[in-house]
Amino acid sequence: MTDQAERPTLTNREKMAIERNSMPEQAAQTRVLDFSEVNLGFTELLAVSEAERCLQCKNPTCIEGCPVRVNIPRFIDLVARGDVHGAAESLLDDNALPCVTGRVCPQETQCEGKCLRGKKGAPVAIGALERYVADWALTHRDQMPLTVHPPSGKRVAVVGSGPAGLTAAGELAKSGHHVTIFEAFHAAGGVLIYGIPEFRLPKDIVQSEVDRLRDQGVEIQVDAVIGRTWTLHELREMYDAVFLAVGAGLPVFMNVPGEHLKGVYSANEYLTRVNLMGAFRADSDTPVLHGQRVAVVGGGNVAMDAVRTARRMGASEAIIVYRRGHDELPARREEVHHAEQEGVRFELQVAPTEVLGNDERWVTGLRCVRMELGEPDESGRRRPVEVPGSEFILPCDMVVVAIGTRSNPLLTASEPDLAINEWGYLIVDDSGMTSLPGVFAGGDIVRGAATVILAMGDGKRAANAIARYLDPEAAKAADAAAAAEAAQAAEAAQAARAARVAEAVEAAKAARAAKEAAAAVDAASRPEGPTA
Amino acid sequence: MYPVLAATALSPNVTRLVVEAPRIAQVRQPGQFVIVRRGPDAERIPLTIADADAEAGTITLVIQAVGKSTMDLVEVAPGDSIADVVGPLGSPTELLTTGHAVCVGGGVGTAVVHPIAQGLAALGVPVTSVIGGRSREWVIFEEELRRYGPVLVCTDDGSYGRHGFVTDALRDLLDEGGVDHVYAVGPVPMMKAVSALTLPYKVPTLVSLNAIMVDGTGMCGGCRVSIGGVSKYACVDGPEFDAHQVDFGLLADRLTTYRDFEQAAVARRTACLLPALAEAAAR
Repeated sequence: MTDQAERPTLTNREKMAIERNSMPEQAAQTRVLDFSEVNLGFTELLAVSEAERCLQCKNPTCIEGCPVRVNIPRFIDLVARGDVHGAAESLLDDNALPCVTGRVCPQETQCEGKCLRGKKGAPVAIGALERYVADWALTHRDQMPLTVHPPSGKRVAVVGSGPAGLTAAGELAKSGHHVTIFEAFHAAGGVLIYGIPEFRLPKDIVQSEVDRLRDQGVEIQVDAVIGRTWTLHELREMYDAVFLAVGAGLPVFMNVPGEHLKGVYSANEYLTRVNLMGAFRADSDTPVLHGQRVAVVGGGNVAMDAVRTARRMGASEAIIVYRRGHDELPARREEVHHAEQEGVRFELQVAPTEVLGNDERWVTGLRCVRMELGEPDESGRRRPVEVPGSEFILPCDMVVVAIGTRSNPLLTASEPDLAINEWGYLIVDDSGMTSLPGVFAGGDIVRGAATVILAMGDGKRAANAIARYLDPEAAKAADAAAAAEAAQAAEAAQAARAARVAEAVEAAKAARAAKEAAAAVDAASRPEGPTA
Repeated sequence: MYPVLAATALSPNVTRLVVEAPRIAQVRQPGQFVIVRRGPDAERIPLTIADADAEAGTITLVIQAVGKSTMDLVEVAPGDSIADVVGPLGSPTELLTTGHAVCVGGGVGTAVVHPIAQGLAALGVPVTSVIGGRSREWVIFEEELRRYGPVLVCTDDGSYGRHGFVTDALRDLLDEGGVDHVYAVGPVPMMKAVSALTLPYKVPTLVSLNAIMVDGTGMCGGCRVSIGGVSKYACVDGPEFDAHQVDFGLLADRLTTYRDFEQAAVARRTACLLPALAEAAAR
């Protein structure tokens, strides 16, 4: 820790004068050659400079924009003061997976989207700062002692080890509950390890976050498919509460002729083979096709991940095929920008109608039509309408379908009493509890395919609800304490306000008195008349 | 980790592994499979549970070593462990409870048909098994299947049992009448032939499809098969389907997706062994 006293506090005017620092990144020409991380992270100098841009608003709107309610001004203030250790403790207290969120959150629509500085100029680079602090905590684990929480004697099963499950597990462990995570794959992390590519989220980072949970006493059981290896019914008998965070793992295909051809992948399969199974390494036992001209259908973050992966796997042409326009691309701007930098071609307002193949049933192209954008639909986006006679063939030797996922019925179908909606997603109440008492749910299996951070928000909320469910008395006491604290804070704020008003009144009085005195002196010293 | 307790060679490239996996042994049902990952960098491969002993906490896997991953797997010595065994996966076999069933097994598929015969016998259903292989040394699980009823053995070269294909023996049974259900597992051409054979007899026929898959839970969609023109996932909707609805041509084609990769992997593996073999020969 550095000496805090030496750093002078900047005035708001000085803070406003600092321009937003951008995070260094690898050059596009070199980064498409391998899977190393694109963004390189802030240096200490950049981080402190960026932190000093934060105005430390009295009513910080950035926190409202964060699904897990990270106390953003608090950790940024500590960075600005040079206390990165304190910042790390503050951040980890709010967020179980800060290395992950610092990399993959859509900050531009969340915390940074709400940042006051964004109203006139660029918002504070909160995501880059979060990443800087979180990575510091990771490389200084010896300085981040774990708090051991007294065991509550309660046992909670978490089904799925993606962002929702990991977050819930971390929060529950803080309450002293014994948590067991059940994961169907052979490694924990869910979409963080099978979906998001190495160049955007290195797997050893995810592993470290998982290890931190293990250190907190969270047990992780891999190779366990709930609905097959154990039923939900059995889990309910073995545990005091269950949190279902199984994701929306069923890939959606286009439902056009030719989708069974060899060379057509779901994004799930393509990314899983490359990421989780390590097929990007030459010596991997898991095969994957290396398309030379790869068409990725879809315009979301998963489509960008797939198309950028195809580039790195050696595709000389990697093409996004999306039925709406550039402005409608659902992917983060940064992802689109990175894809463009890496030479990805965008075939916009284009919709495939058939996958074409040769005699051996290998993909040879996509039959497509051009679209024009009509009136906005219920999602608010302009509805694509086919342009008559616009059919053309897009030659390619591999197709990746990245148009979304839906709910996987493996678990939900095994438990008829578990209420689901018409799309197969679980129905939960405000606290996140399903129709089965003590069984909570969150993430994509409740909301449909969404983001990492929204799933984490669900995990955190459900963990609180589970803690209440397990110990209603303690919850009431905590509520009372929080209410008392809030009242006390309000009282203090009121007193401070009153003091400030009184001070201002005094100051005004003093100023008036001084002015009067000065006027009197002035009058006394004034010559009697223009005599000269 | 899942310890291997026993490894037995059943035919020139088919090995039986008895693996400790108590939970799976306890809850598995006929027709279900596991996904196995040999070690940290290994491929995930689906394997049918050929048998299980709930009390001993073991499952039996029968593996035909044809690719690098399966070659590696059969080399796991008793006492060593397999990194991951996940399951039981897939929908259990729909076992008929009345009538007479014929279980047809070709090559390593005989091991897959074994738990079905076992399940049917447990329900008191009379079972006849028809099993086959290229020659005598490729016939497996004959003794095990005899516990559940008569077994007709066919070999392509006539070195054991009836000279001919399993379909020849099955046709005779169908002609005799009294066959209510057929379960057939084997190479795709065999299942296709059985399906074509039973169709005119209107005998309901189930086949188990060994599609390429990664996760086994419906997540990757790689195992999609066409059943009556509708896309289904072998891992969760199957692996067993109504044979008369299956597009076998498509399945056979999709199974060749990684042929080049597999050939190269096997070649690399063999090449790696050459110096060691040369050294051994020199000694």
